[in-house]
Amino acid sequence: MRHRLALDRIKCDGYGMCAEILPEMIALDDWGYPILRDAPIPGHLLDLALRAVDVCPVLALRLEPVLRDAVRERRAEGALLGGR
Amino acid sequence: MIESFLWYATRGAGIASLIMLTGVVALGVLTAVRWQRPGWPRFLSAEFHQAVSLLTIVFVGIHILIAVLDPYTSLGVGAALVPFSSPYRQIWLGLGGVSMYLIAAIIVTSMLRPHFGRRTWRVIHWLTYAAWPMALIHGIGTGSDTGALWMWVLDAVCLFTVLGAVAWRATAADAALVTRESALPPPASQRIPR
Amino acid sequence: MTAIAISPYRLLAGPRFDEGAESYADHVARLGEPPYGFAGPRLIESLERSGLLGRGGAGFPVGRKWRAVADRGRRGTVVIANGAEGEPRSAKDRALLTLRPHLVIDGAILAALSVGAGTVRVYVGTEHREAVAAVARAIAERPRVRGMRLDLVEAPIGYVSGESSAVVRYLNERDARPTTSPPRPSERGVGGRPTLVQNVESLAYAALIARHGTEWYCEAGRGEVRGTALVTITGPVREPGVREIEYGTTLRELIQLAGGTPDGIGAVLLGGYFGGWGNATDLLDMPLDPVTLASAGLGFGCGLVSLLPNESCGVWATEQIVAYMAGESARQCGPCIFGLGAMATSLRRLATGGSARDDLVNLDRWSAELMGRGACHHPDGAAALLRSGLAVFADEFALHAAGRCSRPPRHAREMA
Repeated sequence: MRHRLALDRIKCDGYGMCAEILPEMIALDDWGYPILRDAPIPGHLLDLALRAVDVCPVLALRLEPVLRDAVRERRAEGALLGGR
Repeated sequence: MIESFLWYATRGAGIASLIMLTGVVALGVLTAVRWQRPGWPRFLSAEFHQAVSLLTIVFVGIHILIAVLDPYTSLGVGAALVPFSSPYRQIWLGLGGVSMYLIAAIIVTSMLRPHFGRRTWRVIHWLTYAAWPMALIHGIGTGSDTGALWMWVLDAVCLFTVLGAVAWRATAADAALVTRESALPPPASQRIPR
Repeated sequence: MTAIAISPYRLLAGPRFDEGAESYADHVARLGEPPYGFAGPRLIESLERSGLLGRGGAGFPVGRKWRAVADRGRRGTVVIANGAEGEPRSAKDRALLTLRPHLVIDGAILAALSVGAGTVRVYVGTEHREAVAAVARAIAERPRVRGMRLDLVEAPIGYVSGESSAVVRYLNERDARPTTSPPRPSERGVGGRPTLVQNVESLAYAALIARHGTEWYCEAGRGEVRGTALVTITGPVREPGVREIEYGTTLRELIQLAGGTPDGIGAVLLGGYFGGWGNATDLLDMPLDPVTLASAGLGFGCGLVSLLPNESCGVWATEQIVAYMAGESARQCGPCIFGLGAMATSLRRLATGGSARDDLVNLDRWSAELMGRGACHHPDGAAALLRSGLAVFADEFALHAAGRCSRPPRHAREMA
């Protein structure tokens, strides 16, 4: 079972600790907010990913299982901007 | 022999608890203000804060346990569990009990954080600012080392550490808010005319 | 006017617009009783076969959306007719609610009956007084449907407050700001119950399809996308405003319909602030429909067609829109707050000619990095709009970066 990083963007307050722990998958923008790599987490980085999830002071980061259907559905949703 | 050992142990654990608790507050503030230096990434403050808070429970636990089990003191379990119930230095001791419960609440809500909303967690976490002074006053009031110069110095160092940390926290919070508020133009009060 | 072979007027058929809202009596006299008996799986299937796309801006297939909610089969489902119309220059939803409220309500009740909902709420912006009044009157004069609760909700207008999750949140918490996406309104919405949020124009078309059928709906339309849609045309034309056109109508035809001429038009903003800029010359003969526009890297969006006169400056036009969208941020997510803020500041500098050296490079980088990093798609829309401006008005931006502008100062800032 593979996992990917997911972020609650309203809770996220730009502490940036996640990027310090897992720079392979998380970068910070000019204001300290995370830019996540949208790829499944490689096995050897899973421990660090869990640590990054734990350290977040506002619990904004989480791991989500990667299911094939979920990926396809998200892409389809993402292709339709707006939703108003 | 045993009595002395137990007496020293509870005093020592109590003092260690105060130092740990001061450290927890300081590390919490370092985390909140996102302090960092080369060699001290931000996550270190957060992880140390968590680790030291767990250590604090250990020392507070030892302190209370020994104080209660020590046959030399007339404190029973009731004295620890029901603050102000023991007539021995009632107020000073009671404050320690209240502080213990506050710390317990903070730790429990933090460990079970996903089950509490953010607001609940925050409000309870702020109880730190009540728990710490109570612990200090408890120590001064019941502590057998009160009066010794080194104890006063230690208390003063802890006090100034916490005061400094709180001041830093307050001013940093203001600065962050101002930056956030000034980043964007105000919302349009009227539509752009067609 | 012979450019349009089929009378496009479907939603807007009926009494003249200056007569105001069509009454229930007239509505029934013109179209017949609402076909509530057709609601349910048959209607959902009809909608799917017709290919009716949502008119809120995202263009999600309506039938598929209803089916997803109906399949949940949960009691207490809620239908929201979304007439919030946050896009400031779009007027089609307000116009529809003001002139043909009963069509919208028909569609909303049909949706409710089809997905097993017992509550319909018509969500209208407080500032749109005429629409509010028309809907209130319409609800009052309508006969009750047994087991169906129907009411009007007035909500504050802001750019993001018409977004589905914002609508649901307003109804739950009186806070019209978007929320993070799981759970989706169709899963857990108003009061925790499955909620169908559908644009009012989509509901009106659904109501017509319920009466006249899929074949009728698909008679209109010139290409792959069948049917008609409401558009709002703004700019230097004699009769700006809301029109109903069949999909595939070209921009040139639409401009002529509105009493304007393609000469003197430099650029066009399609789909609203959530859409993008295009060069007028490139777009004049482009069929206006979601598929064709998407393949050209643009979007139909909420049907807004904003014409930019030649004398206006694309840099200024882009700056005004991005500044507006920055101000309308719900201010919940860092990337939106700081990203849009920085973009607006840099753009302002570029527009006024006082640009710093890195402004153009930064704008390109920030807008690229902003995609998908807010809880809602507001920053994406602003970033996409900016990027389309940087592309279409590249020459203008280069001039501005050097402190110059090619447009006459008197007209440069007019968006028209």
